[in-house]
Amino acid sequence: MNYENLKLRTDENGITWVGIDVAGSNVNTMGTPVLDEFAALLDRFNKEPPTAVVFHSLKSSGFIAGANIQEFEAIGKTNDVVAAEKLIKRGYDLYERLAAVKYPTLALIKGFCMGGGLELAMACRYRVAVDEPGTRMGLPEVILGILPAWGGVKRLPQLLGAPAGFDLMLSGKTVDAKKAKKLGLVDEAVPPRIMGNTVAGVLKALPAPRQLGFVQNLMTNGLLRGYVASQAKKQVAKRARPEHYPAPYAIIDLWQKYNGDVHKPSATESCSMQALLSHSTAKNLIRVFSLREKLKAQAKGIDFKAKHVHVVGAGVMGGDIAAWCALRGITVTLQDLDASKIAPAIKRAADMYKKRLRDERRIRDAMDRLQPDITGDGAKTADVIIEAIVENLAVKQKVFAELEAKAKPGAVLATNTSSIPLEHIATALKDPSRLVGIHFFNPVAQMMLVEIISGAQTDADIARKATAFVDQIDKLPLACKSAPGFWVNRILAPYLTEAMRCLDEGITPETLDEAALRFGMPMGPVELADVVGLDVCAAVGQVVGGEEALKNFPKKLSAKLESNDLGKKTEKGFYVWVSGKPQKGTAGVVPAGLIERLITPMLNEANKALAEGVVTDSDLADAGAIFGCGFAPFTGGPFNYQRSLTTR
Amino acid sequence: MPSALREPIYVVDGARTPFLKARNAPGPFSASDLSVAAGRALLSRLPIEPTQFDEVILGCANPSPDEVNIGRYVAMRLGCGDKVTGWTVMRNCASGMQAIDSAINNMLAGRSKLVLAGGVDALSHAPLLYSKQMVLWFAALASAKTMGQKVGTLAKLSPTALLSPVIALMKGLTDPKVGLLMGQTAENIAFRFGITRSEMDAFAAESHKRVLAAQAAGSYKNEVIPLIDSKGNVYNDDDGARSDSTPEKLAKLKPFFDKKYGNVTAGNSSQITDGGVWLVLATKAAVEKHNLPVLGKIVDTQWAGCDPAQMGLGPVYASTPILKRNGLTLNDLDTIEINEAFAAQVLACKAAWEDEKFCKEELGLDGAMGSIDMNKLNVDGGAVALGHPVGASGARIVLHALNVLKRTGGKRALATICIGGGQGGAMLVEAA
Repeated sequence: MNYENLKLRTDENGITWVGIDVAGSNVNTMGTPVLDEFAALLDRFNKEPPTAVVFHSLKSSGFIAGANIQEFEAIGKTNDVVAAEKLIKRGYDLYERLAAVKYPTLALIKGFCMGGGLELAMACRYRVAVDEPGTRMGLPEVILGILPAWGGVKRLPQLLGAPAGFDLMLSGKTVDAKKAKKLGLVDEAVPPRIMGNTVAGVLKALPAPRQLGFVQNLMTNGLLRGYVASQAKKQVAKRARPEHYPAPYAIIDLWQKYNGDVHKPSATESCSMQALLSHSTAKNLIRVFSLREKLKAQAKGIDFKAKHVHVVGAGVMGGDIAAWCALRGITVTLQDLDASKIAPAIKRAADMYKKRLRDERRIRDAMDRLQPDITGDGAKTADVIIEAIVENLAVKQKVFAELEAKAKPGAVLATNTSSIPLEHIATALKDPSRLVGIHFFNPVAQMMLVEIISGAQTDADIARKATAFVDQIDKLPLACKSAPGFWVNRILAPYLTEAMRCLDEGITPETLDEAALRFGMPMGPVELADVVGLDVCAAVGQVVGGEEALKNFPKKLSAKLESNDLGKKTEKGFYVWVSGKPQKGTAGVVPAGLIERLITPMLNEANKALAEGVVTDSDLADAGAIFGCGFAPFTGGPFNYQRSLTTR
Repeated sequence: MPSALREPIYVVDGARTPFLKARNAPGPFSASDLSVAAGRALLSRLPIEPTQFDEVILGCANPSPDEVNIGRYVAMRLGCGDKVTGWTVMRNCASGMQAIDSAINNMLAGRSKLVLAGGVDALSHAPLLYSKQMVLWFAALASAKTMGQKVGTLAKLSPTALLSPVIALMKGLTDPKVGLLMGQTAENIAFRFGITRSEMDAFAAESHKRVLAAQAAGSYKNEVIPLIDSKGNVYNDDDGARSDSTPEKLAKLKPFFDKKYGNVTAGNSSQITDGGVWLVLATKAAVEKHNLPVLGKIVDTQWAGCDPAQMGLGPVYASTPILKRNGLTLNDLDTIEINEAFAAQVLACKAAWEDEKFCKEELGLDGAMGSIDMNKLNVDGGAVALGHPVGASGARIVLHALNVLKRTGGKRALATICIGGGQGGAMLVEAA
């Protein structure tokens, strides 16, 4: 048989190398044609058993990215749950066959190895991971509202022990080669230079598969199984409600009741794939996943790469933007008036790098890229210049006049303003078309979305460069028109304003936040206001609401502003903040209709903004609301949510 | 006698870290951290990409075992890329000056056109070493085979030896040939030329006064790059100068090297300090090619050897021939930088040049060389107040001499330094 997606060769030791090279794609995904070929390959090996088999990737992008999401998406759109179930079970059965073969099998993992790819690797007898920066392993299905259906729910806890297995499966997080070795997910983690020797060595020695220790075995296969499952559920309950996010609960149940066998639960059981797939959450999350790809795709084909970014203003936003860019490999000069103004940003960056990079050398390199600049010389050589200073038109105009004089031709001049119209700032420039908005959200490290703001005067090419830059630093760009509040703040403002009015009416912050959490927001509006900063909220509220907002200014907010209790940053807002955490009392009874009262102004504003062309694509705007202000992800965003209300 | 340089070498610009006094524990920055911080700020104000250098040369007298060939390591950290070579030079206290001279040599030989050269030392990071007794004990433990042998070796461990590490820095400040501490060599020449304790203390107090005045006037502003550590602490200025270092206060300090009856104290010696310096050096062709600004030029270099027990006179031995060769007297210099290893040592240099017998016998002159105008010597203070990060000082005085010329409108300056082991180095520089 001729294979389209697999390339076979036998090496001098008689080992059969199965190179996975999915046709017509840059990445390997396990779609139906690939599964078919694997099945045929196992049939052939059945007849003529090989000495040993190594599965590896012929793509530079990685091992296997997972199942083919597009197939799931197509199935989800047509609601063909039966077809999806068939696909899932075929993968499960295929991997069961692979796991049962008598000849030794080994997966050589280099680069991404996710979902169905990792499940294939776990069905092999051995796994060798190549220890290089691109190698990541994980089971991210839960992020899409589904479960690892091809044996992952069974095999991952067997390899790692149930607690560590759940930690990975229920969060969807990924691990690198070294961590995978430590966890027991792979047998060896080696540098590329000895991967060939390692494969040959393992297949020559044929070591007995690793066994779980006594306690781990007790937790995974013995008396403590039930306890571990209930603990895992408790952990999940802290982050996700079952009515919004059924998948993590389904994963735990499928393991506990059926040891991960997708054949066993009936279609009506909540831990069945049928139940998950027919739930709106999976459909919406899969859609959000593809919208995320769509946001990224905006940067495709733009020939621009920033080597040097200059940030003016080392406050919280400027400092964190600078730190993020340096983390992403760009040389950054961070300008402020003197070293003491820049110092807090350097400290925050050092703390972030320690947490995220851990490796001492990588921390050093990131710190070396992040350069304090009190003379502002960095502006002369930067490819992108971002202003993040005080929200004052005259000051910004002065800064941009100076920056324009210093900047090299073709450099992107960007403002991070959230409240001043770009067109006004641009009047200070000789060439106003150079100014674009690159609007980050706080906290920069966590918020995925960055709005690209085009004013009437903005040159389309500069906006394209800004889009490419945002993609370069692994954020999600959303193109917006320069209109008060842009997109995210435009829809957030009426929601927060309504929450402030509720506070004035005597509803407690805890109750308001609880209402929003029940709706599925990751954070309640009052806590969010404290995090964003009450001064910023007030400013944005005025920009979006105009005169009307001023006339009817919320009283409690006004009092907080007067006493300079601005939220998290001053450790006191509507909540008292202790070491970065709000001190919350118990929520009261959430009155009927409260969440509708909060959400409706937001939805109305979203519709108006779309009609005005602030955003041009309602799909991308949905993604923007999810990644920019945490609009309940399982709803699929404000427009998708409204559609679901009408169809319901 | 070597002739003047075939062509002058241009100093484009230079910068350094604040000199941070060692305070009984490793300071916030390693030597490479210091060099990177000063280097990247210097490069960002110049129209040069780090990759455009032909080579990077760094003087370092006390390199850390973690930063082997620190010149190359720092070049990589500065983003010079794989292809720019980097190396490290060591001539004790003149390592930084040696880096500049090595750059000059390669430029005159046509090997390089644009070089980043400087010096660095983080003396507060100097390691503690095991004594020879402990090293032998470890060797015995490693070769012990049976449990009995191991127990026997363990029993022989001397707690005194274990708890008395050798301070690597003290080794570095001791002459291996004559076995004298550097401070004792300063005592030698103070004795030879009759420099008194009160003269030393007065000189030291003046050094502090001049540094503080220069800081207040902003004279160090362009030269010193503020540092920020990863805890968010800021280091804006050199931190060794003290307003309370008066002659009266200094007189109360006990002699440090020749205990009890000596004259050289911690107060009239240079401080133990961390710091790094860089200069960007270019040939005339490179200046034109990259359209570079010019701070000044180096017109001549001289190295000289002398008795290690009198190493502090090194500047006299090195400076005399360079001045003669260029037809200059001490009076023809607009400013002079003599590195202040010890107040006694600078004063002894001055006295030696005023001493007819010394000049005739040791320098082969017809009479006394002359007198240094104290108003032209170390006008912004020196190492007694700023500190002496050994590998960095030689580069610092060259850079600072040029900065003084620029500020005062002077034309010509001499930067000279004494070198542990009995040598002196001198560079003759001119304003742009």
